[in-house]
Order: sequence, then C-alpha cells, then structure tokens
Amino acid sequence: MAEEVQAAEAAPPPPPTREQVLAEAIAGLPGVHACGVALGEVVANVDRDALPDLMVTLRDDPRFAFEQVMDLCGVDWPERELRFEVVYNLLSVSLNQRVRVIVATDAETPVPSVSEVWPAATWWEREAWDMYGIVFSGQSDLRRILTDYGFEGHPLRKDFPLTGYVEVRYDEDRKAVVYEPVKLTQDWRQFDFLSPWEGLTTLPGDEKVHAERAASHRAPPAKG
Amino acid sequence: MSEAQAVEPVPTASKVVEIDSHSINFGPQHPAAHGVLRLILELDGEVVERADPHIGLLHRGTEKLIEYRTYTQVTPYFDRLDYVSPMCEEHAWALAVEKLLGIQAPDRAQWIRVLFAEITRVLNHLLNITTYALDVGAITPSLWGFEEREKLMEFYEAASGARLHANYFRPGGVSRDLPAGLTDRIAAWAESFPKFIDDLEGLLTANRIWKQRTVDIGVFSAEQALAWGFSGPPLRASGVPWDLRRAQPYDKYAEVEFQVPIGRNGDCYDRYLVRLVEMRESVKIIRQCLAKMQPGPVKVQDRKFTPPRRSEMKRSMEALIHHFKLYTEGYHVPEGATYTVVETPKGEFGVYLVADGTNRPYRCKIRPTGFAFLQAVDEMGRKHMLADVCAIIGSLDVVFGEIDR
Repeated sequence: MAEEVQAAEAAPPPPPTREQVLAEAIAGLPGVHACGVALGEVVANVDRDALPDLMVTLRDDPRFAFEQVMDLCGVDWPERELRFEVVYNLLSVSLNQRVRVIVATDAETPVPSVSEVWPAATWWEREAWDMYGIVFSGQSDLRRILTDYGFEGHPLRKDFPLTGYVEVRYDEDRKAVVYEPVKLTQDWRQFDFLSPWEGLTTLPGDEKVHAERAASHRAPPAKG
Repeated sequence: MSEAQAVEPVPTASKVVEIDSHSINFGPQHPAAHGVLRLILELDGEVVERADPHIGLLHRGTEKLIEYRTYTQVTPYFDRLDYVSPMCEEHAWALAVEKLLGIQAPDRAQWIRVLFAEITRVLNHLLNITTYALDVGAITPSLWGFEEREKLMEFYEAASGARLHANYFRPGGVSRDLPAGLTDRIAAWAESFPKFIDDLEGLLTANRIWKQRTVDIGVFSAEQALAWGFSGPPLRASGVPWDLRRAQPYDKYAEVEFQVPIGRNGDCYDRYLVRLVEMRESVKIIRQCLAKMQPGPVKVQDRKFTPPRRSEMKRSMEALIHHFKLYTEGYHVPEGATYTVVETPKGEFGVYLVADGTNRPYRCKIRPTGFAFLQAVDEMGRKHMLADVCAIIGSLDVVFGEIDR
C-alpha cells in the first residue's frame, strides 16, 4: 500500500481529460454547487434560482457552446428533503461535448423554465410536470402531455402504484368508455430479491422451533 | 351588371373576402399521421396557422414498468419503443448497462451489433422513405420497399428468432452467435441492394410530382434545428455535420469508414436525400463488418453477467446456479448514473439510467428522437398548406412507439 502511494507520487500526474477541463470551467460559474466527472460524464449540481442565467451562459459562452438541450427529465427521491431532481442533458455539436445539469426541488417550489433558452425544452418540461408534478415557472404551456385527458396524479412518482388507480373499458350498455377503480384478478406480486439467501436464518420448517426459542428468551426465567 | 358598375364603380382595393379560421382534427386515425397522432390544426382557409400535436395515445408507461423489472427483463421493452428500428434501441440500453457495470462486449459481439444496427438503419429508412412517398401520393415505392424489408427481417429472424421484437442485443454482448451461412446471405444482399436504391431513386429523386410536394416545404435552418433539439437526418439535412457514430463512436464505429451526408436547404426533399444516401453508406458499413468480423465469443465471459450455454447447464452445477440466479434475481448494478446515446436511424436516442445498487433500475428515462421532431411541427408547418403537413410529418420520421413510450 505504502509502495503504491510512493509510486503514485513519483509518476507525473496524467494530463486532465477534456471532461475534467470542462468540469473545472463549469465549477467556476456562479450558482454551481459542484461539478465533477463521473463515469466519463460531466455532472453539475446547480442552484435552482441561478438556473436561467447559468443556462444562458452555457449556451452562449464560446467555451461551452451548448446549443442543444437533448433531454430533460425528473427523478424522484422520496426520502430526500427536496424530493425531485430535474436533470438537463446538454449537447454541444460544435465542441462535441456534453454536460448533465441537475437541480433539486420539491413538489411545491417551481423550477425556472428554460424554454426561453431552448424552445425544445417546452415539451420536456410538460412531460416532467405530467410525470412528476414538477412545476416550471415561466412556462406558458404547462399542460399534461403523455397521460390521458383528465388524468389525475403523477404516475412516475415512487408513491404512485404501478397498476394505477383507474382502469378503462368500453361499456356496451352505456355505449361509452367508462373509468372504474382498478380490479386485479390476482394480487400484485412484488418479489424482494435483495437478500435471497443471506437474510434467511430460519430454514423452512423450523419456524416453530425458532418461535418457541424466541418466546423462552423473552420470558423471565422461573425462580426457585 | 355593366349598367350598375357604371353608376357606382366598386373600388377593387376595398374588396373584402371573409374566410373563417377554423380548426380540424388530424388523426388520431389518419393514415398519414403515422400511428396515433392527434394534430389539432388551426386553419385559415387551407393555410395552417397553428398545429398542436396531442400525443400520448400510445403511452404504456414503459419507464414506470422498467423500474419494476430486473435489468435482464428490460431489454424487450426497448424493441417495442421504436418498433421500426428495434435493435438500435436495444443498443442504447445494452451500452448504458455495460457502462454502469464497467464491462465491455467482446470484439465479435461489437461487430455483430454494428452490422445489425446498420441493417436496422436500412430497415428503418426503407419504411420511412416509402411511406413518406405514400403520404404524398406515390404507391409504388412502398410496394417495392416492403419486399426489401422482408429480406432484412429474415436476417433478423435468422439471428434472433424474431422478425421484429428481436431482444438480441444484451448487456454484455448479443444473445447468441450468428447461425452458419448468415454472413454469406447478408453479403449477397449487400451486393444486390445498391441496385434497389438506384431503382428507388429512379422513382422519386427526379420525379416532378415528388419534387413539387417536397422541395422548399418545411424548411428549417441549422439554427432552428439546433434550438429545437433535432438530431439525425433532419439535423443533417439542415446542414449540421453531426453524426454520433462519427463524433462519439461506440462499439466498432471508430473502425469503419463511411461518409456522413449533409443537406443544404433543410427542406423535406433534403431529409429524403440524406436518408437515401445513408442507406448507401450503411451498405458500405455492412460490407466492412462482414470483412472484419473474426470468430470469437459473443458475450462477456463473466458468468455473473451473462448466462452460460444451455448444454453447459446440463452438466455443470455451477452453470446451473448461475443460470438460476441470473434469471431470478439478475445482476446487481453498482450505484451511478449515465446518459448513454446512440445514433438510431431517426437520430439521437438516449437512455438516462440511474442505478441504486439493486437488481432493478431506479430510474430509466428514455430520450425518444421523434419527440423533439414532433414538437417542431408547429413551427415547421406554419403558413404551409394542409397537404404539406402530411409531407412534413412524413419527412420527420415519427414513430409513436418511442414518442409516447
């Protein structure tokens, strides 16, 4: 271990990659909390309020020249205080580089819209609103986009059930499409594969022995 | 009449023709809407003032479903996104998972993937060009093109067992090696196919009606195309030399030679021409793949990621355990996130994959190519005639399997 450290010190540091140079440049911009390279991709966590100015800089500064927003999406982390992440994947075709900009928000706080910076963001923001209920301020067209007309809820949130709440069928008597609460003919099965063998301390068939043993541990030993 | 005019002449300048602006529903069951597009068109006479595409009629919640499947079970969902170019969609998924796992497919697998990605490109462009021609009134190209598509689907079937939903590219390689004799059949096809492209071009490229319907229709400048998030042939038709196979090569694309065709005017005709030339380039790449492909493994040889051969499973206890574990629990992908893109026939198709260390994706965002194209229909089709909207939608190559997810 010690030899390895020495060897590392002796060798000259490798020249920074293009991604590292870009990450350092972005880290110096106002409103950027952190910017680094992960798996060869530049990722920047930025401040929500500084977003519009920052995005304009990323688009117009010749060092960055991110002409395109290729993707914009939400990610739900229910255990966090700010449960939603909005992820922007920007691409520069002139400099052949990408960056991922991440902003955190919650269900109430709006994120400034970037549809003025890139018109392509309009539909992506509509989708993030539809799927997660993330509000974008300054977005004039915040309609639902992928879900049904009159849909309620935000389906990609982690607390939204996979089966949803309503199902649709054509009713022959009423001659109309009707919405009904979801009826599952079989219980929804969700297998937990996280600890298939390791967590199994009670072998099948030994449940009674273990239950008795646990009971005897709990009961205070008889005196006398 | 003449007497009345003589008494009180009507100045022609103040003549007012009143035309109601009205809106019509284009689709969702219109044959030129390429599936289930509902387009609300606000018209002034026959001129389109505003187009409001309503999408989501084919929404199946793929991204939600993926969060509840193991990494192995997810691959078939990608076939069903853009069902015209299924293997290219799988390619993005396979590369994204490989990136998070830190593995790389063996050489032969990478060559097979490039080979089939290019076959898929031809498959897609054949469908697009011919149905696009059908939208503007030419029936013959689609009759011819579908015959060629059938040949390509036979290659699909020979390699994967399925004509459309292949489930062939897997994280770590491809599901199985090519059957004996397939490369010869593909080589023979690659010899004969350029003749077909010539024939197709003979039908369309100089065709007077085709040019009247497409030249200078739906013109998009390079700046507009960039601002609207374009990629693939529509971006290149606007004059931006951008191809992910060239700029950010994946698998063996760095080792093949091909040209990237660029348009000049960014109109519907250029988008057609770019696709046509791309088919010729794809044939070149297919030939190079066949020439450079060497025998070897087609999957990562680490049994923690790829299943053992079935014959091995019958004899080896360890192989049996690996098989069982892979098909029940699957593999666990270390924590991390990646935005991995490939150049599908339509353009940039991306997968933003967030892994949390379990055997299921935490979040899988699919970046459909056509989503950005369709969004621009409003801008592109403004002040065009109603019939031009069909040409514009055809030239953008939208498929609702991927747009609606």
